[in-house]
Amino acid sequence: MTPTSNLVVTVLGLLNYWVYIFLLCVGLYAVLVKGNYVKRMIGLGIFQSAVFLLYISMDKVEGGTGPIFQGEPVAGQIFSNPLPQVLILTAIVVGIAVTALGLALAIRIKEEYGSIEEADTQRMDREA
Amino acid sequence: MTLSSHFAILVVVVPLVMAPLVAVLPSRSGIPWLVASLTAFISFLLAIGVTQQVMAQGVLLYELGDWPVPFGIGLVIGPFAALLLLVITGASLGALLWGRASMNQEVGEEHQSLLYACWLLATAGLVGITITGDAFNVFVFMEISALASYVLVSAGPSRQALTATFKYLVTGTIGATFYLIGVGYLYMMTGTLNMADMADRLSQVSETAPVLMASGFIILGLALKAALFPMHAWMPNAYRYAPTIVTVFLAACSTKVALFVLIRFDFLILQPNLGDHALLFTTILMPLCIVAFLVGSTVAVFERDLKRMLAYSSVAQIGYILLGASLVSSAGTTAAILHMFNHAIIKAALFMAVGAMVLRYGSSRISDIAGAGKSMPWTMAAFCVAGLSLIGVPLTAGFMSKWFLIQAMLEIEGIGYLVVFLILVSSLLAVVYIWKVIEVAYFQAPASMPHGEPPRLISEAPMPMLFMIWLLAIANIWFGIDPSLPLGLAGMEVQQLLGASR
Repeated sequence: MTPTSNLVVTVLGLLNYWVYIFLLCVGLYAVLVKGNYVKRMIGLGIFQSAVFLLYISMDKVEGGTGPIFQGEPVAGQIFSNPLPQVLILTAIVVGIAVTALGLALAIRIKEEYGSIEEADTQRMDREA
Repeated sequence: MTLSSHFAILVVVVPLVMAPLVAVLPSRSGIPWLVASLTAFISFLLAIGVTQQVMAQGVLLYELGDWPVPFGIGLVIGPFAALLLLVITGASLGALLWGRASMNQEVGEEHQSLLYACWLLATAGLVGITITGDAFNVFVFMEISALASYVLVSAGPSRQALTATFKYLVTGTIGATFYLIGVGYLYMMTGTLNMADMADRLSQVSETAPVLMASGFIILGLALKAALFPMHAWMPNAYRYAPTIVTVFLAACSTKVALFVLIRFDFLILQPNLGDHALLFTTILMPLCIVAFLVGSTVAVFERDLKRMLAYSSVAQIGYILLGASLVSSAGTTAAILHMFNHAIIKAALFMAVGAMVLRYGSSRISDIAGAGKSMPWTMAAFCVAGLSLIGVPLTAGFMSKWFLIQAMLEIEGIGYLVVFLILVSSLLAVVYIWKVIEVAYFQAPASMPHGEPPRLISEAPMPMLFMIWLLAIANIWFGIDPSLPLGLAGMEVQQLLGASR
């Protein structure tokens, strides 16, 4: 393998994983650095989506079709692995619940403090 | 098949099924509390049944729906899990019986049925994490218990509860997601989610990059969940602003469940397969644990709020627990398991006593409880007993765990002597912060009221509260004299985790 084709394989062949790492970092950055509660929830959403992508990527089997059983079994037929898809379906549900609860908290914070900026809520807590 | 063979699954199913039922009961009646307490009582009995079976058999295996493991999900309850099961269900029941008055005062009666439903969900989630033998199952139960705990914490009386919950939610989700990433990597390399099966298959692919990454993500994620220093930032405020009944429950068991998963996952799956992982486990975690108990105790000394003070003390205690485990020796692991149990009864007793004072004084600031020694003598006496146990005075449960921990440290000599010294320093700091409360409660006159009003008359805590506080205070002494129950189970677990070789 030439060095260029090697590079193509690492970058394009593993594109899913690069996107996963990128999203993971973007999400984590937003969660940790942003001071706005809604923006932090968006960051958390991106962070979790990255993991969904990781699981979806790992279920692909080379040459495999969708894991749907149609009629008689054909010898040598390869299916993609359905298990990670099932797992991540569960994780997506969990993610929705977390997002819903986080946004509900943001609404309650807005009601109580009149702001969804962490700097404001911290200042009000100090003054109280 | 008799009913007793299904105890293992019933202990998680019962609270899970009762939760939606409790949610639709009328809030203002006290019925939700009654049903939740009954459910917790049944769970506790089931946990006792499971523990008896584990004591007889060593490990309790249960195949869900009769699907053979590893194709189906299996429950695996070892001695450590059984002990934790007792702690979780016991804490849930104890806090519910203790805290009805506290709940009515701090939360009001309006949304109680929903809160008790979340309470049962949190119990079910924590129990589920403890008993499952499936790595992904752990994640699902972790999120069930975490989501329910967020709701419980956010119900606190002041608005700071909301921001504290938000922090808790963000940290908890990051921790759980890290764990999920780690499990994903391990699944990629082994093709299984069953923990025992994973441990078997991992030997063929150990030392590959994904497995190493997985161990990092899993340990980091669970350490976040367990509030190991320096990842404890979410905990003090979550404990401070949550309703006190919730604090009692969470402080007794929620971080310990994360520690349980951390210890089991590492000892059973990672250490036998990764060459120098045990050494890494020690070198990374031990310094963190030492800093955890030093910083935790020091900050607790300067805290002015009782609940935050005890929360920082919990940071220190988590340091002790993991310090024992980080030695990867049988003595150290025994100490860790023993202290996990003892710390649960110590902290539950302390938070219950504090909760009774919050109920009567309406404040958890240390300066506000002046004179509590006179007005609430029984509560304060129980606080002293539990406080002595926290410090580690002989004849209390806390002494037993420190005794075993120090023995385990002396085994390694060299640096062990330094660590023993630091443990003693941290215990002295505990003397300081417990004394700070005692001094105010016994030796300071209540603050005079403005405008010359007569000082408020503070009465002793209501009977059910006092009963539970003293039950736990006595448990602290009982297990200080006869620790055979936790010690026996810990010994069995260590045999299974480390085998006879180490």
